[in-house]
Amino acid sequence: MNSEAPLRDSLQTTHLGTRQPRVEDEALLRGLGRYADDIAIPPGTLYAAIVRSPHAHARLKTIDVEPALALPGVRGVLTGEDVQRWAAPFPVGVRQPMAHWCLAVDKVRHVGEPVAVVIAEDRYLAEDALDAVKVDYELLEPVIDPEIATGTESPVLHEAVGGNVVNDRHFVYGEPRGAFEDAAHRLSLKVRYPRSACTPIECYVVLGQYDPAEGGYDVMANFQGPYAIHSVMARALGVPANRLRLRTPPDSGGSFGIKQGVFPYVVMMGLAARKVGAPVKWVEDRLEHLQGASSATNRVTTIEAAFDDEGRVSALRFDQLDDCGAYLRAPEPATTYRMHGNLTGAYDIRHLEVRNRIVMTNKTPTGLNRGFGGPQVYFALERLMQRIAVELEIDPLTVIRRNLVPTGAFPYRCAAGALLDSGDYPGAIDMGVEEGGLATLLERRDAARAAGRLYGIGYTVAVEPSVSNMGYITMALTPEERRKGGPKNGAVSTATISVDPLGGVSVHVSSTPQGQGHRTVAAQVVADVLGVALERIRVDVELDTGKDAWSIASGNYSSRFAGAVAGAVHRAALKVRGRLAAIAAHQWQVAADDVQFADGRLFTLDDRHSAAFHRIAGATHWSPGTLPEGEPGGLRETAFWTPDELTAPDDDERINSSLCYGFIFDYCGVEIDVLTGRVEIDRYVTLHDAGRMLNPQLVDGQVRGAFAQAVGAALYEEFSYGEDGSFVSGTLADYLIPTAMEVPDPTILHMESPSPFTPLGAKGVGEGNNMSTPVCIANAVADALGERIDPAAIELPLTPAKVRGLIGIEEPARPEGVGEADVETASGGGSKLTASDSVEIPASPQAVYDSILDPEVLQVMIPGCHSLELTGDNAYHADVTVGVGMIRARFDARVELTDLDPPHALRLSGAGKSGMGDASGEAKIRLSELGNGHTRLDYDYEFAIGGKIASVGGRMLSSASKLLIGQIFSRLSQQVSGGRIRHSLWQRLTARFHRGGDQ
Amino acid sequence: MKPAAFAYRRPQSRREAVQQLLDAGEDARVIAGGQSLMAVLNMRLSQPSTLIDISAVDELRYIERREDHLAVGAATTQAELLEYAELPDAVPLVHEVLPWVGHVQTRNRGTVCGSIAHADPSAELPLCLATLGGEVVLETRRGKTRHVSGETFFQGVLTTARRSDELITEVRFPLARSGHRYRFTEVAMRHGDFAIVALAADISDQRIRLGVGGVADRPVVREFAPDDDLDASLNELAWSLGAEDDAHATAAYRRHLVRELGRRLIAPNEIEEIADASTT
Repeated sequence: MNSEAPLRDSLQTTHLGTRQPRVEDEALLRGLGRYADDIAIPPGTLYAAIVRSPHAHARLKTIDVEPALALPGVRGVLTGEDVQRWAAPFPVGVRQPMAHWCLAVDKVRHVGEPVAVVIAEDRYLAEDALDAVKVDYELLEPVIDPEIATGTESPVLHEAVGGNVVNDRHFVYGEPRGAFEDAAHRLSLKVRYPRSACTPIECYVVLGQYDPAEGGYDVMANFQGPYAIHSVMARALGVPANRLRLRTPPDSGGSFGIKQGVFPYVVMMGLAARKVGAPVKWVEDRLEHLQGASSATNRVTTIEAAFDDEGRVSALRFDQLDDCGAYLRAPEPATTYRMHGNLTGAYDIRHLEVRNRIVMTNKTPTGLNRGFGGPQVYFALERLMQRIAVELEIDPLTVIRRNLVPTGAFPYRCAAGALLDSGDYPGAIDMGVEEGGLATLLERRDAARAAGRLYGIGYTVAVEPSVSNMGYITMALTPEERRKGGPKNGAVSTATISVDPLGGVSVHVSSTPQGQGHRTVAAQVVADVLGVALERIRVDVELDTGKDAWSIASGNYSSRFAGAVAGAVHRAALKVRGRLAAIAAHQWQVAADDVQFADGRLFTLDDRHSAAFHRIAGATHWSPGTLPEGEPGGLRETAFWTPDELTAPDDDERINSSLCYGFIFDYCGVEIDVLTGRVEIDRYVTLHDAGRMLNPQLVDGQVRGAFAQAVGAALYEEFSYGEDGSFVSGTLADYLIPTAMEVPDPTILHMESPSPFTPLGAKGVGEGNNMSTPVCIANAVADALGERIDPAAIELPLTPAKVRGLIGIEEPARPEGVGEADVETASGGGSKLTASDSVEIPASPQAVYDSILDPEVLQVMIPGCHSLELTGDNAYHADVTVGVGMIRARFDARVELTDLDPPHALRLSGAGKSGMGDASGEAKIRLSELGNGHTRLDYDYEFAIGGKIASVGGRMLSSASKLLIGQIFSRLSQQVSGGRIRHSLWQRLTARFHRGGDQ
Repeated sequence: MKPAAFAYRRPQSRREAVQQLLDAGEDARVIAGGQSLMAVLNMRLSQPSTLIDISAVDELRYIERREDHLAVGAATTQAELLEYAELPDAVPLVHEVLPWVGHVQTRNRGTVCGSIAHADPSAELPLCLATLGGEVVLETRRGKTRHVSGETFFQGVLTTARRSDELITEVRFPLARSGHRYRFTEVAMRHGDFAIVALAADISDQRIRLGVGGVADRPVVREFAPDDDLDASLNELAWSLGAEDDAHATAAYRRHLVRELGRRLIAPNEIEEIADASTT
């Protein structure tokens, strides 16, 4: 039990617990925020742009930087070679021979992977030079699907590992085998949780500097922590931690976990600065962010329950396959283990079996993201609970109630080791049902169904963990490996409070807030302890690892502020208070315990003594000679705090993965529009027990924010990849974040069961709805669709097209001769297109055939061909500008005619590179004579495009490629039949010149 | 996300704008609101040699109600057209459609003619122009103008009948005719998103003109007689568009919407209901 609990309970609180408006807001609303990009930069700062891989999987053959260096304003190009010379790969959280460098060195393993950094005098010039860095790739087959990636036939990302599964762990708690054998019922469900991320407005910003005198790096970045990763960065840079000074800006344009993923760029820009001998600044753009920053981990789960006729679950089995993308980037595989201790959710289930595998695929590496591991676990668990209810024909809420951890059982040790600190789960359900108006919602469902509409209700209960145990990540290791590595546990938080000579109070916390309002709550805590007005307190939340108190658990993650950091602030404030009380007691000759603090004064209750706060505090600076013995003068106190409950994993593999566990009970009613398949949230009720609320207004704000993002995950957002590994959600027109129009106002209810383990009784509340809401909506959709659908087919995001597809589209037949009967576009949102078409040409097959083989005709056939240079038998090098509407790109291309079968068939293939991406295609051409002396030219083509254009242009790619390929053959037709197309003088000259050059 | 270098021209008159377009050659682009072009420039998907910014050409900023059409000048924003008091009466379809075009912020800068010139297959204004049978007025050297009908102007994805030496000076929407009803509906992922399917209809006792956006590579307009077998016609239309799967919707879903939304939009009983609702 925590030693501060009694003190906490005796404290007067005039600020804490009130709906104190945020002290941050005025500046932010007036446009006076100081974000990373606003921070003044040193004179001579240069700007970086990053060359990124257009391919999902390729071997890096050569990188030629000379053409880029020749361009105006370019001051240097950093490549993998420099990185290998000056740095080291990032340490990896599992024992595997897999190297991740901040720039690709041997292979690229996902679209958007950084390959080189161009450093120039401004960002425009740096981007001008991106295309001039010539990278030669040898393409490898990619793997995108995590299940396929586990197979022996799959391409392997990290060859030295020998396969893509880089970690495979198995856990047994209790006696699940027996429980499954004895159970009256068993039910299994396989679910897939997709990739999405909580997307901030502000992307990554890094300002790197290198000091050759000390051999140290000084980097400003909007890094959010955890500062355990400072060690990862320092080790990658090959410097002691005190030679990597990392600084963060005062304000954040949002993070939600994502800004943990800036760390490879901290290393990269440090090295870039070293390369050019000047400070280097980089601001990530939206395309870079969406395709290459970070993502939540997608997961495939097979979950199985053993239960009785009443729906009481005796055992659970999880088989979780986590797709961490191309590299296992610190702190992964934390997503898998963040929920490990509390995998049984809010339920009293004693038998548990777990298999966790981590697999690599050719996608962006994953990392912190609001909810971290929770959405994936609850999607499987709460979908399964709903299925049990359907199977037994029992009300889902009844099944939930029958399995809850009972009232009065706290602290409750879960099967896998979580110590649920406090709560009253059945009581919370009663409260939520009553105050949220479930009865009305049930009536609305009955009425809607009676009218033939599709209406469903979904329920979720969830335990929301907060204040992570730094030791849970080591669950990826075996007990033996953990013993060798030494124990990892705890979570140290820090706070520093100083009082200046005029009595102003300065507070520093190392929680690097990302918009949550830590400055407000820290000031509330201090104001209550020291009895001073909020205005007298200034809270500094910038972190400078060179000067401030910090530890590995510093930073902004696992909703640790209210539970841990606010407690450290409280502890530091008590230290200051204790010293001031001793000084006053000495002056007044009273006992220190009799000194009271309120309204900016220190006083005794008998009114005999009273002094202004600044008089007593000022004495520590102005008149240290008057201080009692042992009082050293000056007034600055730092507190460190770590909870005893966060012990290292034990040899039985139990882990108390977090310090506190809030409780959430959600339910919602949704209606599905039968025509469009659109899911409309009719009503959403969310009840939270996050312990003691330090500021209910901020709690509500956290709930609303998490809820909005969860609506996005449930209905809109997905990082989509084509089968070829191309990334196709590169703009906010394709990666759809809900706006105020799409997010309904939830009914928020609160219950307060203070945590016995945190200094202030508070728990985290920042991530709960990210965990509970997606599955709650999915359960409601399942309820609305009823028995007609395969439960495993309920996959997020539940877009209108997907939901309508689940209802079933019975199509009337295609009328004869309508549409393009033999044109089938194989796609599925990918970037590889195949189609067929034909054109009639008024000439004989021989004439058509000869024309295609004639370089002059070929050049005219290819739209936008500036030059065609013979490089071999029917092989050419072409300079082509390809354009559709305003969109244009100049390709450096190879064109080849092969499989010659005159005058019946041949193959026209081409591949090219441009700043917009890479393209390759081939058309199989068949010529057949028509009765009228004309030729029918049939062509089947395959067309693939990668890189930027695939990421941002997906919506129009198919139409555009059809248009361009159609142009090739219509131009041929015109040419053969003496049509309108003529060679321009320039084209004729360049064609002759190139042919002449070859002879 | 920084554009490549370009020359920037800001003509003050229409004549000057056309001349600068002629002088700059094929690689020039006209910019007005920049709501599509700026994003494309920043992503360097387009690297024009010259940008001709016509937003300062006052003589291209007008909305004129003429005998049989409403003319909208090339510098007129979507917001200005939406605020035009006579719009509900003059071209009710456009009045109904404009709130679906992007958001308040994009409409404040985006121009009506710019949306037509861009020819996004999912955009609402090209769909209106094609469905209503409006026209585009193009001007080139020596004040020579050309009028192209809305149905033939759109030739494919982002591809129009505009030649590189022509400036779109105005678009013309036919005025509402008595006895006609104009209807619009759209399915998009979020409000203001590119349409998955958008449908516009011009309905009279004699004929029904139905335009479909978001499915083919351009807006496609079909005419039906009121006594046609509507279900068969809509099915034929749905299959004829060459719908494809993309990240947001399947081809089958798009065909389904064309059939079902189309029927609701133009089916006689539905029309009556709407007419009743609007009079109460």
